[in-house]
Order: sequence, then C-alpha cells, then structure tokens
Amino acid sequence: MSELVEAKARNNIKQIEQKLILLHENDNVLICISPLKAGETTTIGGEKSVMQTAIAVGHKVAHHALAVGDKVIKYGAAIGSVTCAIDEGEHVHLHNMRSDYIASHSRSSYAKTE
Amino acid sequence: MTEKKQTKQIANGYVRKDGGKGIRNIVVVAYLVECAHHVARKIAEQGGENTHLIGFPGCYPNEYAREMMLSLCTHPNVGGVLLVSLGCESMDRDSVLADARDSGRAAELLIIQDTGGTRATIDAGGAALERIWAEAHQVQRAPLYAHELVVGTICGGSDGTSGISANPGVGLCFDQLIADGAACIFEETGELIGCEGVMAERAVNEGLAEEIIACVDKAERYYTTMGFGSFAPGNADGGLTTLEEKSMGAYSKSGSSSINGLIKPGDKPPGGGLYLLDVVPDGEPRFGFPNISDNAEIVEMIACGSHLILFTTGRGSVVGSAISPVIKICANPETYARMSGDMDINAGAVLTGESSLQQVGESIYRKVMSIAEGELSCSEALGHQEFILTYKSFEPIGPACLPFRG
Repeated sequence: MSELVEAKARNNIKQIEQKLILLHENDNVLICISPLKAGETTTIGGEKSVMQTAIAVGHKVAHHALAVGDKVIKYGAAIGSVTCAIDEGEHVHLHNMRSDYIASHSRSSYAKTE
Repeated sequence: MTEKKQTKQIANGYVRKDGGKGIRNIVVVAYLVECAHHVARKIAEQGGENTHLIGFPGCYPNEYAREMMLSLCTHPNVGGVLLVSLGCESMDRDSVLADARDSGRAAELLIIQDTGGTRATIDAGGAALERIWAEAHQVQRAPLYAHELVVGTICGGSDGTSGISANPGVGLCFDQLIADGAACIFEETGELIGCEGVMAERAVNEGLAEEIIACVDKAERYYTTMGFGSFAPGNADGGLTTLEEKSMGAYSKSGSSSINGLIKPGDKPPGGGLYLLDVVPDGEPRFGFPNISDNAEIVEMIACGSHLILFTTGRGSVVGSAISPVIKICANPETYARMSGDMDINAGAVLTGESSLQQVGESIYRKVMSIAEGELSCSEALGHQEFILTYKSFEPIGPACLPFRG
C-alpha cells in the first residue's frame, strides 16, 4: 500500500553464519540472532569455531581477536573499549569491555566503575 | 497553505474549537496533588473507558508541571477536562481551568475541601463528568491530514535486537510519515550519548547542529551527576553492554530524514518533519533523574501534541498511556512468542527471516494508519492508561532550535 522511502545505508547487514550477523562492514563483533549452545560449532572468519559459552539472542561475539584498549565497533561506531583480551568467537559483554562514557550498572552492583 | 491541503488523509478526526484535530475523543480527570488521587480515580471510574486519569503528585509549585498539565488538558485527543484539587496544594488550578475553557473544551474544577470531602466529591464528580461528556460527544468530525499528524517514538526494555529490527523499522516508518507531511518526534537525549556527531550532521543547518551537540552534552553531564546512565539491568541481560551501544540502536528509530528542530516538553512542532525532543532539564540537577521510567517520556511527547506513540521493546514492555494510543513493536522474536498479546507488531520476524526490514517498516506504517482510524492498539484494548508527571525545570528553547518556525 505505501511505498516506503528507500533506506540506503541500512541494507548492508551480512549473514555470517545462520545464527550470527555482521551489522556493518567495519564491525569487529557479530550479533547472535538465534541462541547458541556452549560447545556448538560455528563458522567465524572462514574458520570453524567452537563456542566456549552459550550466547543468547542479541548478545555479541568477537569477529576476530581483540586486545586491551581496542574499540569495540558495532553499527560501524565505537560502543566502548576492551578491558581484557578477547579471543575470536568469545562473548563480548560487561566482563571484558566498558563504556567510554558512563559506567553501566547491574542489579547486584549499583555502579561498576572499572 | 494550499500545498499543505494536498497531504494524504489519515483519519476522520475530532475537531477541537482551538483548531486541533484528534484521533481519539478522551475526557481527562486530573488530580492536582497526590492527596486528590483517590477521589479523582473514583470519579474517572464512573466515566467509562474513554475517561482517562492523569495527575501531578506534588504539593510544591512547578512551572513545568503546570505547563505540562495545560498542554495535556488541551491535547487534540482530549475533548473535556475535570480538575480535582484537594484545596491547599500549589498547582495554579485557576489558570489551568481558564486556559482549558479558553480552548473551547468543557472544563470543570472540583475542590475536595469545599465540596465536602471524599464521598461528596466523588458524587459531584460523576455529575460533572456527565455534563462534560454531553458536550464532548457533540464534537465535530472532519478529515485529519498527514500534515496535522504528530507521532512520537520511544524504546523501552531494549535489548541487543532492538537496534537491528524494531528501531530501524520505526525509522523506515518515520521516513514515510515525514514524506507524507507529518511531524515525527524522537527523544531521550540521555540515550543518544555517543550519537551526537552523526546526529548533528543531519541537522538542517549549522545553528541547529550546535544546539543538538550542546543538548547531548547536557544530558551526559546530568546523567554523570546522577551516577547512572540511562541503562537498566535488563538491557545488559539482553546483550547490550554500554550506554553508547544502546544509544546507537535507539538512534535508528529516527530514520534517515533531516532533523528540522530541537524542542522541549510541551513545545509543538511548527510543521512537518523530524524533531528531537530534549527531555533533560536545564540548569543544575535538582529534582532527580530526568525521566524515572518510560511513561515520563511518553507523557512529554504527548504534551508536544503526539497523537500516537510508537514504542519499541526487546525485553518486552507492556505499558500504554493515558490520552494517546501506544503501538508496541517487539524487536525480539523470543519475547514476541512469550508476550504476543501485548505486541502490535512482530519486528523480530526480521531476525527469523520471515520478513525484511522494509516489510516491518510497512506494517508499522499501516498500523499507524489503522490505529489513527480508530482501531484499538493492544495496550488500549488491555486497558493500559499509565501516566507519570514529575518535577522538572526547563529554559525556553533558543531561536536556533527551530530554524523554520514561521
């Protein structure tokens, strides 16, 4: 019924593997779109990779190894910095990266500073 | 003006005497202090499902709250107003009543202390509602065109899927609504921290770009003082790690149109196009968190004239709102499977490969049209009418904020 305005830059999402997508060509993390079990084999960067932990939908895994201080890139933009070395295919979350702006908080710890 | 008349017809609107056109015909019962809340609720219960309860809990005066109350009482979806005062609170009830009446709406005021207490005021309120509804039912109908439509968007309970399905889907819908001539509002500058650079590039001119950067800087200062970013534990459970990550996902709700202006709560967009709503108070942090939960922002977008709200959620919010319908767009297919009764749109279909982003954008757009025509959204049908109004303070917007104001 309606001709929606063409979304240009938005159609570059790449399916890396059935359960992982790359949102932007410059990204160094992949997004899980279907649950991955620990021990499950996936293909990341052309190589077979065995998941060390379960990954839930919406969570990130490293597209390639990341060093302390590296920027984590998602949507083609920096979303924080790496706080401890991350292997390819490893879960990228609160335990190994942090905000470059305001610290995130969880239910158990009101303010995670470092 | 002749050009404007050619925009698309959206709905059979309710024509208000002050020129506004609504998509709903609501009567609001407003308590002016928490002490009048129970009495106002009991009165509103007598008015039926189109009588909505709103209110302000505070006893101390606040200009923002007064202006918000007035904007809400004269919203295009509102056909009549009943104010309920305890009697001793600070809210300037006489000016709200006078301005509501000046707008051509049926408006009455009950003061509990003068009326004889709880029972007497509930009874008097029932009778007042009958008079107000008798007048509100007389409202004229006329076509509401795209250039008269205002749509707001918010995300709540975001997760790692929000920014790849529901939010860009709303962005596509916004692009189409703006192409039709409508005004679209996106907000929560505290959730745009990290996006200020890319956002400023979309401003229609340099002056507005500077205002946008300054307003996100203000949000960052404010949230830093509060000690928390706008980032809830559920966001992390859902795969989001940092505020700037959440921001990038939230930002995609704004679509790809140019940004025409920066407004503050209660300001009405002066024409079609895309507007950023600055919800973070001016001055030193005084009254606590800028928005204590999603409904505080929804109320502010409604005060800016939003006829309806597009609400994206990944973790699964259930809220609706008083006054304007809320359309829920679920980003996460697993959440949709659990909570489909609360969701108007399954944007998670993008992730399961059942639809394209383009198709999700089109279904959100079609839903906007059908809800504007009178179909009830899920939250409306379930009776959700959440409402929050708290203390804030704002300076008026500067001239650079609305470059095209007539």
